[in-house]
Amino acid sequence: MVDKQIDSKDEETLQNEDESRSLQIKFLFFARARDLTGMTEMPLEVSYGSTAGDCLNKVISRFPRLEEIRGCMLLARNEEYTPESTTVKDGDELAIIPPISGG
Amino acid sequence: MADEERDLIEILEENKPIDTNKYTRYVRSPKCGAIATFEGTTRDTFEGKEVLELKYEAYVPMAIRCLKSLCSSARASWDIHSIAVAHCLGTVPVGETSVFVAISSVHRADALDACKFLIDELKASVPIWKKEVYTNGEVWKENKEFIERIPDLGKTLHDQAGACSGKKEVEARERKSCCGTKVKVNDETSDSCS
Repeated sequence: MVDKQIDSKDEETLQNEDESRSLQIKFLFFARARDLTGMTEMPLEVSYGSTAGDCLNKVISRFPRLEEIRGCMLLARNEEYTPESTTVKDGDELAIIPPISGG
Repeated sequence: MADEERDLIEILEENKPIDTNKYTRYVRSPKCGAIATFEGTTRDTFEGKEVLELKYEAYVPMAIRCLKSLCSSARASWDIHSIAVAHCLGTVPVGETSVFVAISSVHRADALDACKFLIDELKASVPIWKKEVYTNGEVWKENKEFIERIPDLGKTLHDQAGACSGKKEVEARERKSCCGTKVKVNDETSDSCS
C-alpha cells in the first residue's frame, strides 16, 4: 500500500533476499581443461558473495584432475582475465584459461 | 585523431587457410610508406619428435576482445595507419600459416615495432591454444610468454577497460624502447587504453 518510498529498511530487506539467493554461473573449459574434465561447459550454482576463486575451487573439487593445471592457469570472467578475488554475479560466465599457445 | 581507425581482426573458421594477401591488401594505403607483416608457420619437429599436424582452438569472443585491446595499445604507442590480424583454428598442416599480422604506417619504424609488439602480445595473452599431434601422441603447447605474464594478468582489474592488456603492456613497451631504436614511447598514451 505504501509504495513510492523506498527507505533504507526496504533496501536492507531486498539485500537480504539477495543474500539468501544462489547464483547461477556458467563455467567454460578449453584445451587441457576440457580434456581433464571431459566437458566444454557446465552450469554452477554458488552462494551469494562467492568469488571467482570460490567457484574454481568448487569445480576443482568436482574434477580433481584440474589440480594439474591449477598453478599455471588463469580465470576469465565475462571474457576478461580476472583475479580470483573478484565477486561473481548471477549469470556470469567464468572460464578456465589453461596456458595459451596461440601463434 | 580524426583519422578513421582501420583494424581488421579475424579468428577464422575451422580449417580455413589464411589468405595473407587479403590482409596485406586491407592495410595498404597511398598514405603509407610501409607495410610490416608477420607470418607464423607451423614447424615439423619439436624436440626431435615429428609433428604430423597442429590443432588450434580459441575462446573466440575473448580472443577478439583481447586483440581489439592490443590494437588500441599499439595505436597508443605508434603512429599506425591500419592493422590486420588473422588466426587460424582447427587443423593446420605442417608448414602452413597459423597466424598473420599486417600493419601499415607512414614510416617503417612504426609498422615494424608495432608488428613485433602485436605478435609478442598475442602469444602472451590472447586465449588461443594449439595441440601438437605426433605419431605417438599429442601435447597441448604452452607459450612461455603467457607463463611469465600470469602474475600480471591475474591481477588485472576486470572493471578497467582492456582487461586483456593493461599495465604490463606499458612495461613491454618500455622494455622494447630501451633496446629498440627509435620507438616512440608516449607516456601520456599509456593510459589511453584504460
